[in-house]
This record gives sequence, structure tokens and C-alpha cells, in this order.
Amino acid sequence: MRLLVIGAGPAGLAAALEAARRGVEVVLVDEHPVDNALMGLDVPFHFGQRMSGATRNKSRMMEAIAAADERIAEAFEAGVDVRLGVSAWGLFLPKPGLRWLTQSVVGLSDGDSTWYASFDAAIIAAGRRDIGLAFPGWELPGVMGVTAAQTLLHRYDALESQRIVILGSGAEATSFAEAAFAAGRTVVALVEVADAPRDGKGCERLAAHGVPVLTGTMVSRASGDANGVGNVTLRTLNDSDPEHFVSCDTVVLAVGTAPVVELLDVAGAEIGFVGSRGGHVPMTDRDGRTSIPGLFAAGDCAGVSAGKTSDPEIAAEEGRRAAAAACADLAQGSPSPRQTVIREGAATDDIEATQSAWVEAAMAVADPDTHVCQCEEVSLPDLLGVRPPRYLPRAQAPMLARNLTSLAHDGLVHQDQIKRLTRAGMGPCQGRRCREQVSAVLARATGTPLGKLPLPSYRAPVRPLPLSAFAEDSEPDVLAANWEGWFGIPGQWDPFWTLSDGARTEERS
Amino acid sequence: MNATGGIKGASVIVVGGGVTGLSSAWWLARAGADVLVIEKGIVGWGASGRNGGGATHHQSPLFAEEQRLWPQMDELLGYPTEFQPKRIRMALSDRQLEEFKIGVDNTRGQGFPAEWLDAKQVRDLVPLAGNNVVGGVYYERGGHANPQRTVQAYAWALQDLGGRILQHTAVTGFQRSGGKVVAVETSAGVFACDTLILAAGPQTGRLSAQLDSEVPVTVARAEMIVTEPLPLMPIGGVDGNHLYGRQTLRGNLAYGGGPHEWLTPDDDAVAARPSSPLARNIAKRLAELFPKAAHIRVIRSWAGVIENTPDGRPVIDRLPTASNAIIATMSSVGFGLSPATGRAISQLVLAGHCDFADLSSFRLSRFGNLNPAWREERGWLPPQTDDDDARAA
Repeated sequence: MRLLVIGAGPAGLAAALEAARRGVEVVLVDEHPVDNALMGLDVPFHFGQRMSGATRNKSRMMEAIAAADERIAEAFEAGVDVRLGVSAWGLFLPKPGLRWLTQSVVGLSDGDSTWYASFDAAIIAAGRRDIGLAFPGWELPGVMGVTAAQTLLHRYDALESQRIVILGSGAEATSFAEAAFAAGRTVVALVEVADAPRDGKGCERLAAHGVPVLTGTMVSRASGDANGVGNVTLRTLNDSDPEHFVSCDTVVLAVGTAPVVELLDVAGAEIGFVGSRGGHVPMTDRDGRTSIPGLFAAGDCAGVSAGKTSDPEIAAEEGRRAAAAACADLAQGSPSPRQTVIREGAATDDIEATQSAWVEAAMAVADPDTHVCQCEEVSLPDLLGVRPPRYLPRAQAPMLARNLTSLAHDGLVHQDQIKRLTRAGMGPCQGRRCREQVSAVLARATGTPLGKLPLPSYRAPVRPLPLSAFAEDSEPDVLAANWEGWFGIPGQWDPFWTLSDGARTEERS
Repeated sequence: MNATGGIKGASVIVVGGGVTGLSSAWWLARAGADVLVIEKGIVGWGASGRNGGGATHHQSPLFAEEQRLWPQMDELLGYPTEFQPKRIRMALSDRQLEEFKIGVDNTRGQGFPAEWLDAKQVRDLVPLAGNNVVGGVYYERGGHANPQRTVQAYAWALQDLGGRILQHTAVTGFQRSGGKVVAVETSAGVFACDTLILAAGPQTGRLSAQLDSEVPVTVARAEMIVTEPLPLMPIGGVDGNHLYGRQTLRGNLAYGGGPHEWLTPDDDAVAARPSSPLARNIAKRLAELFPKAAHIRVIRSWAGVIENTPDGRPVIDRLPTASNAIIATMSSVGFGLSPATGRAISQLVLAGHCDFADLSSFRLSRFGNLNPAWREERGWLPPQTDDDDARAA
């Protein structure tokens, strides 16, 4: 029996080691090191082009990733089949529509080729990713997410940034600031829209190193040249204060992180909005069992909190518990059903208030050409006006009369509608940079709580993959024999006049 | 959930907010009729928003009207549909080329041009084509549009004419009197009507059965893949290699095809989950179709649920069991024809007949002698699973 673990962070590694200890065959995949080209698309994190040239050298990066956490070597030694640089882009289970599948499979890729692997139970430990924030200049190289910055610093040893301004003052901001400081980077300041720092103790420690925390403040613009950010303009929310400039080469967005639920959504696991677990999370029991028997979630992808950010042992414990439950399932030969669903998390932050405070501040500083969705160049006015993209006629009078409010008048709006109409989230970064911002704008414009908005759908492949790598090598005879452009119904394309009332007998097919 | 706004009913109630229902409602509203569309989810959430966007249906009596209307739709609706004329079909083998003959004959048979192309001509017109092309066909008429944008355009244009749409409202039953449907029962209340149009896609079988008519349909799942944008080809409506689809105006390649899994009537919601492992087989055929796009990334996929009649052709007819009820199922080929379908249905309602097309091949009575085991006969059954076997044992 084979256990698949996706993600070699604290939860995934602990899960793999626990299962191996219990004598189960384990495959552990982790997409890092990610191809430099994919990093350039801000996949899977918002890397903001601040990865060093060293990331082009995949074998060197493979060594860096393996060296970054000693438990990876431990897992190798324990007999775990560890696959680094392999992403999981799809998760398919037999069910209506996929009844032809005889077993559950995961879609894997190393960037050059793609394949399927079967498994008997799976633990998803896919972690967290960054939430974007659109202010003027945020498309410049050097504006990046905190998860990307932390990952480049710790796991790749390839963070180019020297002078860093951090947006946010929560645990993810302070723990990165301390790590960056320890690694010899200059942390120019932490910028926080709220009146008080979110992680007070962390901010006090940073103050002792001379790092200021500027509360009640927003970045109103990032400026620079072809190399990226050269300075940012800071504005206090109390407009009477003058704006001031700070020179820096990097702006790290630590305004929030989101649990990575892509594969869980693709597989069809039940997902709900739990503010105290960081947003949309799989509905699991205390062992991490999802609504799909045999499919578990552990670590940040099951819920993000400040505690988890500061203490990796919390995620590791979730991983071990899920592994124990999965191993018990495998031993008894059939998965146990999910027990009582955990509805509350450990986070004390009001994620809705925090996110909307940032998005509101960003909306206040945005220019008409600040693109919330960078891939498809969708601005805030485009979102609010549900405008078609620029390559289509946009000035027809009926179209100008439509907006998010009129759309909401017809019933609860689904973010997928906004995607379809404005294209926000439809680009090559697969919506990673804009998804939560669009949700916040939608919630605010229609007066709908975030938790009431349906989850915008995730689509496989959840990583962008070149056709040449993604395509099957060959087509089995049975597939070729059954392949139809459409349904292959005999006579479907015969001309209507051979079937109409006046048709002559010899015309009838 | 819905602001039903004190709606008591409408002269015409349309069940189903897909392209066929919305187009019918819009044409009716243009003619001054009082119309209400009832949709269980959001407009265009089913197959109407999940298809290849093609508008080249030479087999249909509505083809000529499809070709006449599409170039005017942006202006008529007041919203963009992304319609683009022209279609090229590329063959990668002599057998594929042979299969195009029926389309050429059908098109020419209706007085429209269709031109055979040799391999070089195809490559000149299709920059992404490779040396594996053996030939193709160029249709000056036909073309493609954006399904998602078009379905919203119908909905908005309908509202602009005073028509009403109730989203998130499920039909639960019908009230009848004197051989007619007098009201529709829904999750948001009961709505009276003089005429009913059932344009409910995969729900066609279930809803017509509630009116004691059998409209034979069975549902299946289809899926497509989408790449990141590429520079625009001069003609975006290019398909072949047993794939359907188009290059969108944004530049994405959006293509589907393959074996389609037949579903049970209850599978609708579950089965519409994104993609399946088949996505990689579609990718293989797409990379063969456009060898010069092999480096382009696939960024998403989607699936939709569609209904088919036994002969793969539409039913547009009055129900034998309710004289004021019109059934409309397009048998999985509905999007491109929708401007014409809606106009034909509006004429059926208002004038009793369609004055621009011969709809006699769409009659329900052609299935009068249908073998009750027609699904088994055609193999249109869901694959057997271990669960099914266990239940049967």
C-alpha cells in the first residue's frame, strides 16, 4: 500500500517520516526547486524577479533545497521515495464523470515531462502562498510576496534583495524581517495600515535592532527602473502628514497568506471559509481527514495561523497525526470516514478585517491604470464596472450602465463570473496574485461577507505546463478508436434537407 | 436569496438560463412579450458557458440564419460577444481530409462558399501549423464567439428590454389545467404563465417527464484545455485532428475532444468538476495540430455536462402533453446556433410557426418508435464501477 505526501515542508516531512517509521511505502513530492522560468511567472509564489541567477542552475538548487532541512536527508535514509523538483498539478479520483478511472491518481511533472502515479492514501501538505496587493508600481521587479522571500532566503539561498521594506506587521512579516536581518539584509521598515502592530512582541524585537514599524501607513507608490524598485512613497492614512520617500530595492508583501487548497478543490474535497484558519480551507476532522475518504490535509494548507508561522512544530504535529490516521486506514484496508469537522482555527486575527483594511488602503492609492490582475491588465475600475478587456469594444452604452452592483442585484455573485467578464485571474500566473484581492473588492462592492462568497474554482493543471511537457507521449489504440471530435453519432452531420418533411426517399439516410 | 420583487408570473416563462433559453427570451422581449427566465444557478453556468464557441453548423436548417445573425449580434445585443467570422479545418491525414467532405457539401448545398486548401495554403493561413498538415477547408462563413461573454450579453440585453431573470431558483414542478401549463412551481414560489419554454439542457429529461412527455436525452461530460496567450493568428477559428475549439481574441488556444463519459441523470453537479486525466491526451492532439505551439503552457481546463438526443439532433417542438409548452434541446450543439434558435422559438410562440427555416426535422415525434433500451443499444451508459457491481451482487 502506498502513501503519497505532497509538500516537503514541516507537515509533509513529519508525515512522511512518521509513515515510514510505521513501515508504509511513502512517496514524498515537493515542487522545489522550481524552474527559474516558472519563478518568472510568479508561480507558485510571488517571486517578483528577486531570485538570483543561481536559480537557473537546477542541480545546484536541488542541493540547496536538500540542504535547507536536515529532515530531507532523514527521509531519504528512512526509505521515503523523495522527489524534489516535482510538482503535483492534478488529483483525480473515481467518481461520476471519472468512472472510467479505476484508481486515484496524482498528476506529476518535473517541468520537462508529465506522468501519473497511483496511490492508496494521500496527505496534502501543500503549504501557503502569498496574497497580492495592487498599489501603483506593484508590477515592478522587486515587489514580491513574503512566502516567496522567505523561501528564496531559506530554502534556495538565492534572495537578491538587499534593502527591504515590508508591508505588514504580523507574524509572517516579523519572522521574515528577523531572518532577513540575520542574513545581513537591511530591513528598512515595516509598514502597517492598522494603528498598532499586529505582532507586538516581534515588532519590539525588531525595534531593538533599529527596524522601525510605521503604523497607520500605506505605500502609495513604488518607483524604479528596469532593475525594479528603487524607492517607495509612504503616506500616512491621516492625509495631513506629508508623503515621504524611502529608498529600497524590494517591497515584501506580508499582508496575508492563503492556504494552498488548489489540489483539494480539483479533487472535489469539501472546502469552507474559516476566518480563524486563514480563509478557504478543507473541512477536516482532527486527524486531517477531508470529505474524501483516504485524502488528508495537514499543515498550512489546512489552516494558517500566527502560531504556525512562528512554530513549525505545530504543522509537524498535524502531519504526524494525519500520517498515523492514514497508516491505520491502510492497515485496515479501507479508509475510515471523516469524524467531527473542525470549524474553528487558532488564529486570533480577524482575517476579513485585516484583508479589507489593506485592500481599502490600496484602493485609495490606486491609479486608474494600477492593475489588480497583472496578467490580464485588469484595473480596479475595470473590476467595479465588470468591463470587458481593452481589446473589445467597451463604450457601448448598455455596457457602461453595468457594474458589480447591478450584477449583484441578480443574486449572489460568483467570482468565476468576474473572471469570465473581466478576465481577472485568467492569466498565466493562474490568478495567484489577484485572487484574494478580487474577492475582497467583490465582497466590499456588493456588501457580501467574504465567507458568503463561493470559492472561485481552481482548475487542473494547477501549475502552468508547456504543451510539450504536458502532452501524453502516445495514444493507446483503444483511445484512438474511441476518440471523437464530438460524439460520433451516426448521421449527426447529415444535411437537414434529407430529414425534413419534403425529403425524397432516396435522400433519407 | 432572490429579490423576486413581487413577481407573480409572466406571459412566457423560460426554464433554463442557458444560451437557448436566454436567446428565446431576448427575441420574445424584442417583440414586446413579457418574459421571465428561471435559472437554477447562474446564467450560462452549464454547457452554454463551457463550449468551443463554434458557429459553423452546416447540417442545421438554422445554418443560414446563424450566418446572417452573428455578424450583427454585438450591435443587436449592445454587449460584446467576441464574434469572429471564418473557419479553417485542418487535416493531418487523408482520412481526416475525407471526413470534411460532408461539411463542404452541406455548406455549398446552401449556397455558401467552401474552399479546399492544400497543405501549403493551410500553412500560409495558419502560422502555428506544421509539416504534418495534408490539407484543409476554408469556410468564409461560420466562425466563433466567446460563450461566456455571449451568454451574459443575452441576459443583460433581455433585462434591458424589461425581461426578468430569476437566478438561484430551482423548478420543482408544474401546475396544469385544461391540457396547458398554467404555473411553474419553484424554490422561490409559484409563477403563472401563458406559455412555457423548457430549455433546461441536462434537465430536459427530468422536467419533460414531470409533464408526462418523454424527451429522450442522455447526458455526458466533455472537457477542454486552455493555453496561455499566443500572438493572434489571422483566423482564430482553426480546428482539426478531431479537436474542436478556437484561438480566443486574447490569444489563448482553447480546445477539446476525446471520448466522452456518459452520466446518470443525477450526476450533473458532481461531474462538472474541472478536467480529468484525459487533459493530457487532448494536449497531445493539440500539440500535433499546432506543432509550433509546443512550448506554450497549458494553464487550465474545464468540463461541462451536455445532453444528447438519440440522433444527435435538436428537438424544438410543442409537448404532446401540454399544448402551450415548447421543448428545446439542442443535443449538445447549441451555442453557435443560439441567435437563430432563439428567433425560431420566439416565432413558434408568437406566430405558431417559424417563417425562415424548416424545423420539421426537429420534431419530437421522430422518436415515437424509439427502442426503450436506446441507451443500451448505443452504449450510452456510465462505465460500470466496483460499487455498481457490488450493488448488483
